[in-house]
Amino acid sequence: MDYVNLFVRSIFIENMVFAYFLGMCSYLAVSKTVKTAVGLGAAVIFVLSITVPINFLLDNYLLRPGALSWLGAEYANIDLSFLSFIMFIAVIASMVQLVEMIVEKFAPALYGALGIFLPLIAVNCAILGGSLFMQQKDFAGIGEAATYGLGSGIGWFLAILAIAAIREKIAYSNVPAPLRGLGITFIITGLMALGFMSFMGIKL
Amino acid sequence: MSFLRKKLDDLKRPFEKGQKWEKFAPAFSAFDTFLFVPDHTTKKGAHIRDAVDLKRTMMVVVLALIPALIYGMYNTGYQYFSQTGEAFTFFDAFLHGAWKIVPMIVVSYAVGLGIEFIFAIYRGHEVNEGYLVTGLLIPMIMPVDIPLWMVAVSVAFAVLIGKEAFGGTGMNILNPALMARAFAFFAYPTYMSGNKVWVSEASNVDGISGETILGSLAAGKEVSYDMWSMFAGAIPGSIAETSTLFIGLGALLLILTGIGSWRIIVGGFIGAAAMAFLFNLWGANALMSFPWYQHLIVGGLAFGIVFMATDPVSAAQTYKGKWIYGILVGVFSVMIRVFNPAYPEGVMLAILLMNVFAPTIDHYVIEASIKRRKKRLATVTAKSA
Repeated sequence: MDYVNLFVRSIFIENMVFAYFLGMCSYLAVSKTVKTAVGLGAAVIFVLSITVPINFLLDNYLLRPGALSWLGAEYANIDLSFLSFIMFIAVIASMVQLVEMIVEKFAPALYGALGIFLPLIAVNCAILGGSLFMQQKDFAGIGEAATYGLGSGIGWFLAILAIAAIREKIAYSNVPAPLRGLGITFIITGLMALGFMSFMGIKL
Repeated sequence: MSFLRKKLDDLKRPFEKGQKWEKFAPAFSAFDTFLFVPDHTTKKGAHIRDAVDLKRTMMVVVLALIPALIYGMYNTGYQYFSQTGEAFTFFDAFLHGAWKIVPMIVVSYAVGLGIEFIFAIYRGHEVNEGYLVTGLLIPMIMPVDIPLWMVAVSVAFAVLIGKEAFGGTGMNILNPALMARAFAFFAYPTYMSGNKVWVSEASNVDGISGETILGSLAAGKEVSYDMWSMFAGAIPGSIAETSTLFIGLGALLLILTGIGSWRIIVGGFIGAAAMAFLFNLWGANALMSFPWYQHLIVGGLAFGIVFMATDPVSAAQTYKGKWIYGILVGVFSVMIRVFNPAYPEGVMLAILLMNVFAPTIDHYVIEASIKRRKKRLATVTAKSA
């Protein structure tokens, strides 16, 4: 039940895009068509659900105060948590590199469509955010961390999928000239967050 | 009639192309086509599926709203007088309600149409009767005692951000009436929820308990209304949402004229009933064990599904998509009611949420259909070869 709870929470209630407004750069830039949005969304799900558990292990056995006590009693008071940003980013960047190679090999069309935004997942704030939230939430085990990573990824995927479909529909609208492009996308994002308000305050 | 037509044609001259008031032509044509059926039909907009002028379809929706509106006026008075304990006749109650509600409608129309006219003149698009529906819906889903300026601000938000920013009627992604209500709900929560707002002038009278049924359920209290008053609507609530009976009349008109999608309406009720039935089986608290058939007739579920979820612009467009969309609206409404302690009623947010996902549903329904047809084509060509 705990895992289900955490999973649903991370998809809907604590949605990366609509509750924390994280990962907005690629969310706004790659959401012009559903096809590329699905590709990027899947990449984000993959990277999040791999990096969050790996970073969980790093955090628990290397970085946090007292994490090194498994080496021996004399290491128990070492605090390496100042390294957590750089370690997390290193893990994320290597994962993204892996995804990039896979996408380039097996889906060259998608690779072309995503362009610079595929390597830029490495600095997507939703992904670093996932790892940092994980650190803050003090998960009990690697299972919870993995569930949280997967859930956050799916939440982000749903968000970019929905806005891409909306933007495809909006293409036929007569949006006032100053608002065309990013302007209307920001407004849409705000309105979508209004829809996602339905989950705020749910206690599972 | 022909006299009026002639008079209008005379008046029209300065608005024609090259004349001095050319800029104001959309404003003039709004009045002109309001009075007379125009000789052209609507061509633009994401929701156009038929060779009929949009104005006429919108007038049918307004007609469908009238029974619920009139009952809402009566119910406002009925709630007030039965709480104060005064003797009253049907007419007293109706007048009391009308006295409260007509100003809200006037404000809503004045602000909304004002903005629409300015945009229409400035941007040169047509003024549509779409706003006649939205502008009537907004007061109908507000609590009766909300200050008029809040109605005005919510209307301005919905029309400006929700509709005109996207290019006007037929282009918006969320239902404008619901957006107005959601705006008011999050901006002025003390005027939009609680147990004082649902009966008119409740805060001036001591000892009134005008909680909605869902509100008192969420607070863990017993429900003291019988099935018939829930169905007929003699219960506290937003102005016109209470009477399932009169909403049903409107729904019948919408379905018979083919303007409201019966797929969405039926799907919505099926989804809500199924979800509530599952919760009945679970039965962990008072809200969960609230009978599923009563879930359908209390609160704004019926009103929301019949008049807001069927909005042809923001709902799903494909037949299959409409079923999915309707069912999910029902499911989410009941889920929010039961799970979310912050909102006793979930229809508004459930519909807004599904509005967000409606284009996604449509996209996948269309993709699936393309795939199916390609497959069929492949088998047909394989056979003939």
